[in-house]
Amino acid sequence: MAPDGQGTYLDGLIAGLGWTLATALLAWALALVLGIVVGITLTTSRRWLRRFAGAYVELFRNIPLLVQMFLWYFVLPELVPADIGHWLKSLSNAPFVTAVVALGFYASASVAVQIAAAIGAVSLGQRHAALSLGLTIPQAYRHVLLPVAFRIAIPSLSNDFTSTIKNSSVALTIGLMELTARARAMQEFTFYVFEPYAVATLGYVGVNLIVVNLMRALERRVAIPGFISSRKD
Amino acid sequence: MFGDFDFGEIARSLRYLFATGMAFTLQITALAFVGGMALGTILAMMRLSKLRAVAFVAGGYVNVMRSVPLVLTIFWFYFLAPSFVAWLLGSSDPIQINAFGTSVVAFIIFEAAYFGEIVRTGIQSISQNQVNASLALGMSEAKTMRWVVLPQAIRVMVPVLLTQTVILFQDVSLVYVLSITDFVGAASKIAQRDNRLPEMYLFVAVVYFAICYGLSVLVRYLRRRQQLAAT
Repeated sequence: MAPDGQGTYLDGLIAGLGWTLATALLAWALALVLGIVVGITLTTSRRWLRRFAGAYVELFRNIPLLVQMFLWYFVLPELVPADIGHWLKSLSNAPFVTAVVALGFYASASVAVQIAAAIGAVSLGQRHAALSLGLTIPQAYRHVLLPVAFRIAIPSLSNDFTSTIKNSSVALTIGLMELTARARAMQEFTFYVFEPYAVATLGYVGVNLIVVNLMRALERRVAIPGFISSRKD
Repeated sequence: MFGDFDFGEIARSLRYLFATGMAFTLQITALAFVGGMALGTILAMMRLSKLRAVAFVAGGYVNVMRSVPLVLTIFWFYFLAPSFVAWLLGSSDPIQINAFGTSVVAFIIFEAAYFGEIVRTGIQSISQNQVNASLALGMSEAKTMRWVVLPQAIRVMVPVLLTQTVILFQDVSLVYVLSITDFVGAASKIAQRDNRLPEMYLFVAVVYFAICYGLSVLVRYLRRRQQLAAT
């Protein structure tokens, strides 16, 4: 029985795993949306748009995730008008919301780079063919370039997703009781060191295995015969 | 918004931030880089070994390390190392180990998995024909590695290694969870003492950004030079 009176320590660790997954999944959804928009912007022909997207990527890539979390959690409420600041500080699940936003923006920089690289990897001939068939540029992206680019990006995106799961542990610094934080708390209460961390490690390795295999299955399922992404390994 | 910002606060604490905090961050980064490269190269050789058991052990190590968060690894070493060393020495009480030592070991063990993968892909990027040719010339496998494969592989690896080192430099901020005074830790202590969180954390972000962005520009320059050399 754990001292918080809500079941056993194992229940606590499982709840922690739940928070880890919830944080990572929501952050990943945010990262995909932002990353795809910024990634496409990186490949446009307008120079100032590319500059803007490049600055976005550099901004979120070159500051440690821990510092970004602190900026969102401690600094942002002080910089916005006082009313909004108070509202932000009094959110009931502020650590969770902040963790999702911080992780989402952090991961989106990497997603944007992968998407841009994947669009660049689709042969130029396809872009020219689409345009000469009379498709507009948005149509060419929507029907020709992106469907192939997304498939090319799947392996590196799945890498980013597993990173996001692991990075969610940084949120323990702003008070989110995810898996690592639960293990740490259990260690403090019980003075057992090995057991909580061993269970947490197994949790992360298990989730990682599941994600890697799901993404591989997805990659095979959507593969277009004849393209690189349909390799069989 | 920035009206009640106290920039003097930053100026007053610069010495502490850099001489204590940043110095610690840079030390850990350097030691973890050297140790991680050494252990990583061994791991890469093991993964490429013809002995399947050896390759399997190294592969397992890399895969487990790469699926666990760094924060968890830091906790593992910080809290388990005292008991582990006591067990090694046959002592009945846990041995006191300083936070610096355990963080360096944790970072070496963790980063070795990442550096090892970079070294491995670097070695594998060298064509098998080159290996065959030097073996046919009568060079031993060790000599082939030393004189033919590694000199070329290192050139391929340099930009990726530099990128990984920038990531390592950012990751060192996570020793914050052990309340160690690294760069972020130093800033956070002053911020909490004087209730100046926005100033200090924004300053930390700007410093990290300047350093990491500078290095990423260098990486891009190296990449471009490499591509030119390849054509």
